[in-house]
Amino acid sequence: MSSQTLSHAAQSIDSSDETPLAGAQAALAGRQARPLRFITCGSVDDGKSTLIGRLLWDTKAVKEDQAATLRRDSTGKQNELGLPDFALLLDGLQAEREQGITIDVAYRYFATDRRSFIVADTPGHVQYTRNMATGASTADLAVLLVDARAGILEQTRRHATIAALMGIRQFVLAVNKIDLADYEEARFRAISREFREIALSLGVRQVTAIPVSALKGENIVLRGDGAMPWYDGPTLVEVLEKATQRTGQTTGFRLPVQRVSRPGEGFRGYQGTVAGGSIKPGDSVVVLPSGVEANVKAIVTYDLVRNAAVTGDAITLVLDRPVDVARGDMIAAIDQRPQTGRAFNARLVALSPDGIVPGKRYWLKAGARRQRVMVRPTASLNLTSGNWDDATFLSVNGIGTAELDFEDTAIFDAYETNRETGAFILIDPETLNTVAGGMIDGKRSRAGCFDALPDADRASITLPARLLEAFLKTEFARSHAGEIRVNGPEQVDEE
Amino acid sequence: MNVIEHGRGKPPLDPHLKALENEAIHIFREVAAEFERPVMLYSIGKDSSVLLHLALKAFHPGKLPFPLIHIDTGWKFPEMIAFRDQVVAKHGLELISHTNPDGLRDNVTPFTHGSARYTDIMKTQALKQALDMGRHDAAFGGARRDEEASRAKERIYSFRTPDHAWDPRNQRPELWSIYNGMIHPGESVRAFPLSNWTEVDIWRYIQAEQIELVPLYFAKRRKVVERDGMLIWAEDKRLELLPGEQVREEMVRFRTLGCFPLTGAVRSEATDLDEVIAELEIATVSERQGRAIDRDQSGSMEKKKREGYF
Ligand SMILES: Nc1nc2c(ncn2[C@@H]2O[C@H](COP(=O)(O)OP(=O)(O)O)[C@@H](O)[C@H]2O)c(=O)[nH]1
Repeated sequence: MSSQTLSHAAQSIDSSDETPLAGAQAALAGRQARPLRFITCGSVDDGKSTLIGRLLWDTKAVKEDQAATLRRDSTGKQNELGLPDFALLLDGLQAEREQGITIDVAYRYFATDRRSFIVADTPGHVQYTRNMATGASTADLAVLLVDARAGILEQTRRHATIAALMGIRQFVLAVNKIDLADYEEARFRAISREFREIALSLGVRQVTAIPVSALKGENIVLRGDGAMPWYDGPTLVEVLEKATQRTGQTTGFRLPVQRVSRPGEGFRGYQGTVAGGSIKPGDSVVVLPSGVEANVKAIVTYDLVRNAAVTGDAITLVLDRPVDVARGDMIAAIDQRPQTGRAFNARLVALSPDGIVPGKRYWLKAGARRQRVMVRPTASLNLTSGNWDDATFLSVNGIGTAELDFEDTAIFDAYETNRETGAFILIDPETLNTVAGGMIDGKRSRAGCFDALPDADRASITLPARLLEAFLKTEFARSHAGEIRVNGPEQVDEE
Repeated sequence: MNVIEHGRGKPPLDPHLKALENEAIHIFREVAAEFERPVMLYSIGKDSSVLLHLALKAFHPGKLPFPLIHIDTGWKFPEMIAFRDQVVAKHGLELISHTNPDGLRDNVTPFTHGSARYTDIMKTQALKQALDMGRHDAAFGGARRDEEASRAKERIYSFRTPDHAWDPRNQRPELWSIYNGMIHPGESVRAFPLSNWTEVDIWRYIQAEQIELVPLYFAKRRKVVERDGMLIWAEDKRLELLPGEQVREEMVRFRTLGCFPLTGAVRSEATDLDEVIAELEIATVSERQGRAIDRDQSGSMEKKKREGYF
C-alpha cells in the first residue's frame, strides 16, 4: 500500500479547496529522516498561533475530534475566511483558555509525506527567555516571525540572540501579514536585508526569508503565487523539509553510561545513547574519569549484535576486559577524548525566580553524570545592547557566563562541538528544581585555581560538616571558591 | 551468556521510527537508573503494547528491572485480560493487578455511578492506591503529547506532589535530553517515553516491529447494541438492555480499549494490521465512520450528555 499512500498524501497537501479533515496525516510509508525539531518565536500578535495552526491545518494534522471542537468553540470567532480560530487549537490548558494566554512551551506534531516535524511553541511575552531556551535546546532551526508592517523589532533581535546562543544555526524569517502590507516586495526585501545582518552578527549564515500570510495560508504550506508573483523562493514547509539536522557532533565517540547491565552468566554491558561519533567492535576506548583503556567486544541491541553504532543509537556496549565502569562515567574514543578537569567556563540561562547565586553549590547533571558544583557568574548578557556586562549574580531569565568549580572530575566537550556532551542543567540542592541550563565553553586553567597549585602550596583543614556549610557561605569562601576544594562526607544530603 | 537476537531477518526501522525508539529507550534507562521503585502502567492497549516492547528493548539482554501495574476495573473485555496474562507469561514479567476495594464494596459500576465518577473511583483512585502501596517513586505511562491539547505541554518527567497532583504551572523546565530525577520523599514522577510519538507512529511501529495486539483491534463478528450513538459490546450479562435496544451481530473492531460499557466499536472489515492502517487513513478522509466517538474517555461521553444527547 505504500506507493498509494504516498500519492494520496501528496494530493491532499496540494489541493487546498477540499475540506481539510482530521488526522489524514501524510504517508504511513517510511520516512527517510529523523523528525525535524524547530522553534517558533515572535512578539505577541505577530501571528504565531495562526502560523502554527495553519501548519497543522494545511498538513491535516488536526484530528477529527479536535476539528469538531474547534468548529464549535470558535463560533462567532471565525476569521474572514470562515476558518476556525487557530489559536484555540493551541491553547490547551484550561487556565490558559480562561485567561487567553500561553504560559509554557507546548509541543506540536505534523508531517508531510517527506518528513515529520516537532514544533516547540513558546509564548512571546512572559518568561520568554526561559521558555525559548527550553524550546531551542533541542531545536535544529528557528522560525522568527515579524509583522510586515512593523518590521524588525528589538524583540526580534533578542529572539535571534537566544536562538543563536542555544546553538541554532538555521533561521527562517517569516515576514507575516504581508497581505496587510499590500504584498509589497520592497518592504519584504528591506526587512529581510536588515534581518540577515543581525543573523550574520550572531554567526548564523543560513537564513531564508519568506513573505507569508499565516491567515490566508500563503507561502506556508501552499504557494502564494497569485498575490506575490514577485516571490519565487520556497514556502515555509519546503524550507523545513530541506533543513539539515544539526548533529553538531564533531567529536569522537562518546557514550555517557546510563546503567550497567549484569543479567548474569558473565554478561556485563554498559547501556547508554551514543552522544558523538561512531563505534565498532575492536575499537579502542577509554573509560573516564578513571582513564582505564579497553577495546570494544560487542555492540548489543535487542534486535541484533551489531557491527557498528552511530550517534543517537541506544546501545549496550561490551568491553573486552573487566574494567570498573559506573553510571555517570563516559566511554570515549581513545584518540579523541573529551576535556576532563575540575574547572570549566560555561554560559548559563537562569530559569528560576531565585536566579543564580554566586558561590552557591548546586547539583550539575550532564548526560547521566551528576555532581556537585560551585557556580560563580562572571558576566551577564544585555539583550538590548548585545554587550556582556560584568556581573556576579544572574536573575531569572538572565543569560550569563560563569565559572564552574567541581569537587571531583568533570567530563565535557565544548557545546560548540557537541550539544550532548557540552550541555548541562543545574539543580538547586534544597528545592531540587532545575534552576539553569548551561553550555560549556571549555576547560578553565588559570592561576588561583586549586588544580593549578603545586602540592607544596596547598594545605588542608578538617571541619565538622555543619561548620563547613557555614564556612562555605561566607563572603571570603565565596570569593575564593575556585581555590578551595571540599572533600568528604560526600553527598550526605543526597537521599 | 548467549545473547538472543530478536531482529534477525527483519528489515531495519526507517530513521524516523528509529529516532523515536532511541529516545524512548534512553528515557526508560534513565528512569530505571535514577529512581528507587519505578513501575510501568500497563493498560493492555496498543500504546501499552508499544511501551512494553520498548522497555524490553531498553533492558535487553536483562529482564525488566520493574514490575507492571494493571488497574483492573472489573469491566475490561475478557479478551484483554487473557491477552495480558499471555504477555506476562511470555516475557516472564512481574504484574501487579489492582482493583479499588472501596469501589468493589460500594458496587461502583459505569451504569449506576455515571462514567465520570466511575472512572474516578475505579481508575484514578485505584491507580493512586496501587502507586502508594508499592511506594513507587516513578511510573511509566504511554501518554503522547499529540493526544489532546492539554497534553502538549506535558513534560517527559511529569512531576507529581505527594498526593499525585499535577500542577501545570509548576513543572520543571526540560532542556536537551537531560532529565532532572531528583525528588523529595513522597514526591514522584510520571515518565512518558512516548511523548513525541503520534498515533500514526504507533501504528507504523507496531507494523514494523510485528508487535502483537489484543484481537479486539481487528474486525470480527461481535454482538453489539447501539446506545447513544455508540456500538457497545453486548456479550456480557451485566449489560442490561434498555427498552427498544436490540442486540445485533456486526462486523466491528475497537480503535481504543477500555471498559467495555464505555468503549464504542466501529463497523469495519479490517481483519489484520495492514487493513486497519489502510482504514485509518480512509476513515479520516471520508469521515465514513460518522460521528461515533469511540474513545474510552469519560469526558467526551459526559460532554455529550450535557449537550443533550439523551
Ligand atoms: N491579515 C492578517 N492577519 C493575521 C495574519 N496572521 C495573523 N493575523 C491576525 O493577527 C492576530 C494575532 O494573531 P495570533 O496568531 O493570535 O498572534 P500571536 O499572539 O503571535 O499568537 C489575529 O487576529 C490573527 O487573525 C496574516 O497573515 N494576515
